[in-house]
Amino acid sequence: MQVHKYDVVIVGAGGAGMRAAIESGQRARTAVLTKLYPTRSHTGAAQGGMCAALANVEEDNWEWHTFDTIKGGDYLVDQDAAEVMAKEAIDAVLDLEKMGLPFNRTPEGRIDQRRFGGHTRDHGKAPVRRACYAADRTGHMILQTLYQNCVKHNVEFYNEYYVLDLLTVEEDAVREDGTPYKQKRVAGVVSYDLASGELHVFQAKSVVFASGGAGKVFKTTSNAHTLTGDGMGIAFRRGIPLEDMEFFQFHPTGLAGLGILLSEAARGEGAILRNSEGERFMERYAPTIKDLAPRDIVARSMANEVREGRGCGPNKDYVLLDLTHLEPAHIDAKLPDITEFARTYLGVEPYTEPVPVFPTAHYAMGGIPTNISAEVLQDNDTVVPGLYAAGEVACVSVHGSNRLGTNSLLDINVFGKRAGIAAAEYAKTADFVELPADPEAYTLNLLDHVRTSDGTEKVAAIRKELQDTMDANMQVFRTAETLNQVLTDIASFEERYQRISVQDKGKRFNLDLLEAVELGFLLELAKVMTVAALHREESRGGHFREDFPERDDEKFMKHSMAYKDEHAPADGSAEAIAGIRLSTKPVVFTRYEPMVRKY
Amino acid sequence: MSAELAEPASKIELPAHIGGGGDIPSFDVHLRVRRYNPEVSEESTWDDFHVTMYGTDRVLDALHKIKWEIDGSVSFRRSCAHGVCGSDAMRINGRNRLACKTLLKDLDTTKPITVEPIKGLPVEKDLIVDMEPFFQSFREVMPFLINRGHEPTKERLQSAEDRERFDDTTKCILCAACTSSCPVFWTDGQYFGPAAIVNAHRFIFDSRDDAGDMRLEILNDKEGVWRCRTTFNCTEACPRGIQVTQAIAEVKQAILARKI
Repeated sequence: MQVHKYDVVIVGAGGAGMRAAIESGQRARTAVLTKLYPTRSHTGAAQGGMCAALANVEEDNWEWHTFDTIKGGDYLVDQDAAEVMAKEAIDAVLDLEKMGLPFNRTPEGRIDQRRFGGHTRDHGKAPVRRACYAADRTGHMILQTLYQNCVKHNVEFYNEYYVLDLLTVEEDAVREDGTPYKQKRVAGVVSYDLASGELHVFQAKSVVFASGGAGKVFKTTSNAHTLTGDGMGIAFRRGIPLEDMEFFQFHPTGLAGLGILLSEAARGEGAILRNSEGERFMERYAPTIKDLAPRDIVARSMANEVREGRGCGPNKDYVLLDLTHLEPAHIDAKLPDITEFARTYLGVEPYTEPVPVFPTAHYAMGGIPTNISAEVLQDNDTVVPGLYAAGEVACVSVHGSNRLGTNSLLDINVFGKRAGIAAAEYAKTADFVELPADPEAYTLNLLDHVRTSDGTEKVAAIRKELQDTMDANMQVFRTAETLNQVLTDIASFEERYQRISVQDKGKRFNLDLLEAVELGFLLELAKVMTVAALHREESRGGHFREDFPERDDEKFMKHSMAYKDEHAPADGSAEAIAGIRLSTKPVVFTRYEPMVRKY
Repeated sequence: MSAELAEPASKIELPAHIGGGGDIPSFDVHLRVRRYNPEVSEESTWDDFHVTMYGTDRVLDALHKIKWEIDGSVSFRRSCAHGVCGSDAMRINGRNRLACKTLLKDLDTTKPITVEPIKGLPVEKDLIVDMEPFFQSFREVMPFLINRGHEPTKERLQSAEDRERFDDTTKCILCAACTSSCPVFWTDGQYFGPAAIVNAHRFIFDSRDDAGDMRLEILNDKEGVWRCRTTFNCTEACPRGIQVTQAIAEVKQAILARKI
């Protein structure tokens, strides 16, 4: 085992991690640990754009953007955080331009902007051109630009170092009202070097989690194979709560059967959705902004069309994204990559044929709770000094119960930057926290258990069954019955997981072992998501309960907080289901009262 | 700026065939995978696998099926699985491609499909190579915007034409398919290789950048653009369709123009 010492350690090298590293690296000694190479991160798969009220092509202001974000999140958004994001969006875009990002331009040479779902002029009056973009590879350009600037600033990367544990200590402390509590402090992380199979402990004054989402709990997903919720899982196992995990976004337009994303920018540029009868069915569900309604509404509408027998194809299980009325030259200029996906993977020519699409699991609105300075919370309001989180792994909460398109690229830039600055500034004033005795013991035990087990269960088989039940029972439509089915299934998967074995027993690039560890995180997170979904007996944003189809502000206008608690009894009560303790956290309101959400 | 579009029809007649197509056909494929694990042996070997796959499956799906159901030790990198992250460049039937973008049905499945690591970079295990020399070359061309003027308060202006000038080379995903298909790179690992030159091109021809001369100087080196023998392997290998050889030629011309 080797021990390294840095002021700041950043876990993850996607948009949030690298944006943080650019700030932190210039202020403090910083290391970035990533289980991939930085340019492989899934930020690169984002397509459509990044919203900011630049008002380059039509009237706009950040207050409208704030409102859209809050309404889009069905009022579960913390309004102070949404204000910060919408206000700082403008500088976030300009920062990227100055770093070299090649945005598409207007005839006057300014950054061009286009329409996107849920982004409107003057509080919902009409769609507005707010999304800054680089063709349909905006995420690719952001990832490359941030990596280029990390190279420029000599940011130190540890590539293919898989972080498996967060090292914390607990100190006795007393609250203002005199009640004693355990204050967590961060000491570092433990990582596994994939190339050598060696463990490396990183002692750090500040740790920033920027490790992305957990889409692989689902079968049909736009997410990369590597998005297994590691950061959320590590924090959860170390006593950090997870916030709003029941809210998962299903992106309307995944390639049918494959889940590969076709950007909402397609609809922003004029594409429309049709059912088997050729109807533009969104006119029924969102009469004002139609196909540009927020993702939760469009995804549910699509699933409903299929359920009512108006799906297309031999199994009537998808709808169509129609671009055939758009000029091919316009498609080539604005949507080149996604039209190539349709050609490559489905053999469909989007110029002349509509493309089969169906909702695909896309984005975790929930995650590690933070405040607007990206500081991680160990409960509703106690900060863990030195611990930060930003991007999809975090819940700040700017997305509430449904994220608007483009707001994730914005989130990683705004809160990545904030996390990087805050982590470095904290490190300047803080001392290292002493490492716990045997810091690697937990991780060593975790890996040895898997590597030496001679069980008969296969990782891939359990993972597939998990993904199948999540797709069948935890997707766009949910009921108590389907959610309980998932929990029953997960209980049996957890039991089987104890008896898994891997074939690769070596140390070098043991990706067999890696997948086994990842499955552990997936099981843990799927359970948290489902427990939280079962407890939320209402429908809001991305969470739709058929047995509770209305939003219930009186009982549920609050964030859910899930804690790992081995003592939580499996007595079926909503507050305590088999090792998970649930509580709530108030939503922050500043100026917007909840209204009925209509588009 | 996008033109205003006419509102599409509320309802259209769909052609009867749309969305039809019946069941996806399945077929058997035989993969020959190059194996190497120095923990076990210094020799590399070929392992044969037979799997049943479907019409929409890619080589990556077949590799996953092997890893998940037959031999968990088969090792390869992958992440996004749809051609944007650049993790899974490999030599498939002797040609560099991304495993996630190569549909099995587009290959001749009557013969074994060979899968090997990309060439010219040290093999670490099975299909995994050491990417460090590749990224080292990338870093050496100063792949970042350098602007010496005052920072404007808003964005720098750039005309749509100036933006278009380097559009092709912004598509690079650093998968190394081009560089590791280059015969010059195979014999001379010091050569910058096509990917590094593509990324230099992306900045040399960006109207906002002021350090083109420095990059041209770097690429005028004996291991720079002049090693290119225009065999076009790189252009054929690029999964993003970048005109790599043309980009290299444009950098050569820029060096010559500068000297005059």
